[in-house]
Amino acid sequence: MKILKLAIKNAFRHKLRTGLTVLGLAVAVMAFGLLRTVINAWYAGAEAAPPDRLVARNAVNIIFPLPLAYRDQIAKVPGVEKVTYAHWFGAYYVDPKNFFANFAIDHNTYFEIYPEFVLDSAALATFHSEKTAAICGQILADRFGWKVGDRIRLIGTIYPGNWDLHLVGIYRGQKKVTDESAFLLRWDMLDENLRATVPGRAGKVGWYIMKISNPADGVSISRSVDALFKNSLAETLTETEEAFQLSFIAMSSAIITGLQLVSYLIIGIILLVLANTMAMTARERISEYAVLKTLGFRPLHLVSLIAGESLFIAAVGGVLGMLLIYPMAGGFGEAMKYFFPVFEVKPITVVLAGAFAVVVGVLASVFPILRATRVSIVDGLRVVG
Amino acid sequence: MAEPIIQIETLSKSYYRDSLEIPVLRNLSLSLPEGEFVALMGPSGSGKTTLLNMIAGIDRPTKGAVRVAGTDLAQLGESELAKWRARHVGFVFQFYNLIPVLTAYENVELPLLLTNLSAVERKKHVETALGIVGLADRMHHYPRQLSGGQEQRVAIARAIITDPTVIVADEPTGDLDKQSAEEIMSLLSRLNSEFKKTIVMVTHDPRAAERARIQKHLDKGELS
Repeated sequence: MKILKLAIKNAFRHKLRTGLTVLGLAVAVMAFGLLRTVINAWYAGAEAAPPDRLVARNAVNIIFPLPLAYRDQIAKVPGVEKVTYAHWFGAYYVDPKNFFANFAIDHNTYFEIYPEFVLDSAALATFHSEKTAAICGQILADRFGWKVGDRIRLIGTIYPGNWDLHLVGIYRGQKKVTDESAFLLRWDMLDENLRATVPGRAGKVGWYIMKISNPADGVSISRSVDALFKNSLAETLTETEEAFQLSFIAMSSAIITGLQLVSYLIIGIILLVLANTMAMTARERISEYAVLKTLGFRPLHLVSLIAGESLFIAAVGGVLGMLLIYPMAGGFGEAMKYFFPVFEVKPITVVLAGAFAVVVGVLASVFPILRATRVSIVDGLRVVG
Repeated sequence: MAEPIIQIETLSKSYYRDSLEIPVLRNLSLSLPEGEFVALMGPSGSGKTTLLNMIAGIDRPTKGAVRVAGTDLAQLGESELAKWRARHVGFVFQFYNLIPVLTAYENVELPLLLTNLSAVERKKHVETALGIVGLADRMHHYPRQLSGGQEQRVAIARAIITDPTVIVADEPTGDLDKQSAEEIMSLLSRLNSEFKKTIVMVTHDPRAAERARIQKHLDKGELS
């Protein structure tokens, strides 16, 4: 029989109390893991962005467009292999609450720069040949029950009116982290319409995307692109696609910070719960610790005994919580798949949750250890009598 | 007469409540030879248990010296004192003080966890000790499954498992019925007579004290 065995036996003295503490820990670890996964989901798009893609947008703000004429100039910058462009279309389907990302893109070049959008060649050919063609991701198609060949009417907000489109293809993500919830339509169709109705808004694109030959040259290429349009009416700000995505995420920074804070608060709360359990334990067993000291057990033995019990409870709760993260994240991700198209539990999230459980186990034992080791044998034994 | 195994010289012990000094033992000297069975008697608050604690090395004197088996306990640090207790002292408490989640076997084995004995050796020692106290057939029972007398016998087995120099017993029959108390006193007498163990026992019970070969009376912290 060893100290650890006694520590584990001690953990089961008050089965209800230990059970509730373990359950509390498990729920907290699971909630921590879920919140971290939500935060990670926010950054999934940015993390998925390859380093060899740059984005040039209007330096004033993303909502201001850039002239189409910039395309050819950007294409000539050394190091730029390919250029395409996209434009936020901002329409909805049937009801304004049916929000999703929809872009007008250059049908000739977009998919060359985004090979992670996997589309069959027949669909791509139709997209090239038909001006009102549109393509969407599998998640979005599932959301609205769309099939290839469907006629879809989008209702414009930035470009008012009904936009009747023909769904010619549904793309899949090459990787798990690829967003499958986007809707893509042809920019030339939009531009043609604008030239007829609001000529002043025609010939503009939202941003340019460049594929560069060497990611290490990203900074110098960005400077070169921005230098081209210095002192023009539409100066550019060129950055990596990851930075571009992060600038969008920054708009939600208050929510993300709040989530991060809550995730750490959860750890703090459960620390107090376990610390309370361990403090009660120490108070109840102070005479036993005195007896052990009388028998010759030294402070280090008591540290092993108390920390062992605390860590055991934390480990059981932690492992249970870590196991719960996956089904909970699965359910949550499924329910929120249109909002978080990429919702994956990262291994680091599980490791962090487990590490926090261990830290909580150690910290919760500090006060009981101090109490048990500091009390004199005589005072400890007096508790018995 | 044998060499003194316990030697106490001008021992004083005071406790303090705020700045108020409460003397418990006053200038007490005592010499006990090896192999003796001593009963410390006296009214409540006379300092019996405090004296026992000094001999056992679980409390320290305010003045004076306590030497047990040639060691001046005041010279030992806390860690050394803990090791010394593990080697030289066996404790028997009034309320047995067994660990409730451990079986009789595991309770008796506890002090041996501090030694370098192998599991096989520990098993042999535990079985021997439980055999001496007559509980070989109850070794896998938990304290809650034992009577008070049986619990105290397990506590005695735990006290003798390391073959200590001195056994100290604080009111070992104080929580027992008459028959169980008789059995415990017979067991302690046997440990003294048959195994030559030095025993220092605090008791209020005159019948228990009669089993000891030496009786010492304390009153207001002084031996009378």
